[in-house]
This record gives sequence, structure tokens and C-alpha cells, in this order.
Amino acid sequence: MSMAQTAERTVAVLDPMLPRVARVAKKTRDIPKVVTLVLEMEDGSRLGFEPGQFNMLSVFGVGEVPISISGDPAKSGGLVHTVRDVGMVSGALTRLAPGDIVGVRGPFGSSWPVSEALGGDVVVLAGGLGLAPVRPILYSLFNQRGRFGKISLLYGAREPEEILYRPELAKWRQRLDIEIQVTVDRADADWRGDVGVVTRLVPKAHVDPKQTVAFVCGPEIMMRYGCEALLDAGVAESSIYLSMERSMKCAIGLCGHCQLGPVFVCKDGPVFRRDQLGHLLTAKEV
Amino acid sequence: MEGLERIIREHPFFAGLKDEFVELICGCAKNVRFEGGQYLFHQGEFADQFYVVRAGRVALQINSPQRTITIQTVGENEIVGASWLVVPYRWSFDAKALELVRALSFDAACLRGKCEDDHDLGYEMMKRFTPILIQRLQATRLQILDVYGTNR
Repeated sequence: MSMAQTAERTVAVLDPMLPRVARVAKKTRDIPKVVTLVLEMEDGSRLGFEPGQFNMLSVFGVGEVPISISGDPAKSGGLVHTVRDVGMVSGALTRLAPGDIVGVRGPFGSSWPVSEALGGDVVVLAGGLGLAPVRPILYSLFNQRGRFGKISLLYGAREPEEILYRPELAKWRQRLDIEIQVTVDRADADWRGDVGVVTRLVPKAHVDPKQTVAFVCGPEIMMRYGCEALLDAGVAESSIYLSMERSMKCAIGLCGHCQLGPVFVCKDGPVFRRDQLGHLLTAKEV
Repeated sequence: MEGLERIIREHPFFAGLKDEFVELICGCAKNVRFEGGQYLFHQGEFADQFYVVRAGRVALQINSPQRTITIQTVGENEIVGASWLVVPYRWSFDAKALELVRALSFDAACLRGKCEDDHDLGYEMMKRFTPILIQRLQATRLQILDVYGTNR
């Protein structure tokens, strides 16, 4: 291999705008319109990531979208992404089959500061598909369970059929070292679980606000009220983290598509501390 | 009666209520239990009591010809029933025990009468019920927003 070829390959690997090729190794249909893809890099490499980071996934000839990484950061298997069919590109991603090719750029963005909670309690408050970006937090907590106090997962979904990772939730429920509360907005009579908005779960979790770090992820309105419920419970604004979602294109803070006031969600986020966002979470226009 | 008074005094809903008021409302209260599947009340019936849940969960449900929809579940330390507060005192939903439910049941007419006789007691009760009503109104608004839909 000539020097020129070596240099070209090095540049290609380091260029954050250039997708790397991966293949779908496994596909699981989670809930209607939602699938989880396990991707393996074509060159056999492993992309490390931190909980909360995202990749730009592309279906060649269709387009590219940001998708959170939802797997275990400590595992050496493929990259795990959970995708909901909400548009042309995400729809194409959900229709991929094992063996199909995907472009991957990343991982990008800030991560959930799990270590902030060391020695204290953790509340993970998630809604809808927001369980996917916080699942790596739970894996991280489980991987070093003894270093944290009480762990509470408070999860809300529209209806029982839309509860994400249901088999895994059932498995986690069997653990005696995590409190899991799940609620849905509406249900048929045969649903034995809770019905009501996810914010109602916060008071029931009986958090010790002085030693609690909260991670919140879900639709923005849900996060807004979720943060309020946590603040009402006495959790400090500086101990609440949330993951924002905006139209991310370049993913490296150049294009400005995801600009939210003074920050770029792709580069400065997607994970922010609640007090870093200030009024941006509730502002009509920024 | 002494046991009932102690239960009321220790229940978070009545936290801070003066002893004289606890004694007053105690006369309107009794301990009740419902097996799983049993109904506390049905939609359209006269709302002649309300319940303070001590243990177990209750589903508030509405029936349509096609199916029964659960719109909210209420659990330990929460209140079942607000329709007893306002005319025409009629339940808007069915309330069904999802499991064994232990609760305090309050005779609505008795309590309304005592609140009418002693407005200080009435004000104390309103101070306890109003935040619950507001919370439920806000929760209902969030449910209407269907926040888990896409692009919210």
C-alpha cells in the first residue's frame, strides 16, 4: 500500500462527514412501527460510545437521520439503534433486513453523566420511545450496581401495546435492586398496570432529593412536565439532565439546523443539564 | 373508633388536620375492603361517598359498547371520587378494584353537612381536595395532548 493510499484511508476514517459502512446483523420488531437494529461495521471494527450519544444513520439513496444508540456501552457486540418509522429515512431504516447495508457517522454529542450519580440515587424518567436513549444508562448502572443507591425507572407510554422493550422490562422487574414503574395514558380493561400520565409516578417514587440525579428523556412536552414534577419533588435543577431532539444534519455543529438559542443540540447536546437550558425548554421561539 | 381516628390522623391526605376536625370527620368514616374485580361504584349512580385508599389499586373506567377503557388508576394514599363534592352528586365513571383494596369510606352527606356547619372544617377539606382536582385536571390535559405521539 502506497503512502498516498494510507493517507487517504486515514483521512476517510477521521472525516466526520463520511459515513462508514455497516451491515444489519439483527433486526427485532419491538412495537408497531418501531424496530431495533443491531449493526456491525463492515471493516470489523467496533465503535465505542457513551450513554446518550447518537449516530447519523443513512440509507444510501434515501437520506440520513440521527438515531440514539440504545445498546450496552460495555458490550462488544454490534451497535444497537431503535428506530421509529416517522418519515422517509426512518421508514427506510425500519424496512431494512439482516444483511442490508447502512451508513454510520458518529458517535456524536454529549452523554448522560452517569458518574454524577455515583454513591447516590438515580431516577430515570422516560416516555414513549425516550426509553431507547436512556437504556444505555440502565445498562451502565447495572454493570456497576454496587456503586449507586436506589435506582428508579419511571416509564410512560401511550398504551400497553406501545410499551418499548417489554420483555426486557419484565426481566428487570425480577431484579430486586431496581424499582420499575410503568404507566400508560389509556388502556383496555384487561391491563393490570397503572393508567395516568408519567409525571404522576414521580411522587410515588419517594425520591430523596438531596442525593438524587435524574435523567429525563421523551417527547419535549413530557420532559418539560417531567422536570417540573422532579423539581416539585425537591430535586435540584442542577441534578436533572435531559436529552433534547432537534433536526440534526451535520451532527458536528456546522450547519446550524439544530440550533437552539446559543447552543447546537448535536454538538453541545443532546444531553443537557436542566439549568443549562434555562428558559429554552419552554420558549415558544428562540 | 379510636383505631379509625388513628388511621385518619396518620394518613397523608389528612396530615396536619386539627384533632377536633379529625374527631368530626371520624363520625362519617368507616373501614371498607373490596376484593379484586369488585366495583366501588358505577357511572351514573348517586355519589354518596368517597374513598381514601389505604392499600391496593382502583381503576376508573368508562364503558363504550365496544370496550371498557381505563382512564386512570388510583393507588395507596390517593383519593377515589370527587363527584360527591358538587351537584348533582353523580359518579362519572366506574371504579373497579384491580386487586384487594383497603380504604376509608366517607359518607358524603354526613361530611358535607359537617362542612356546612363548620366552614373552617369545610375550608380544610377544600384545601386538601383542590390540589388533587388541579393535578387531575393537568394530568387529563397532558393525556389529551397525547405527548407520546410523534413530533411533539
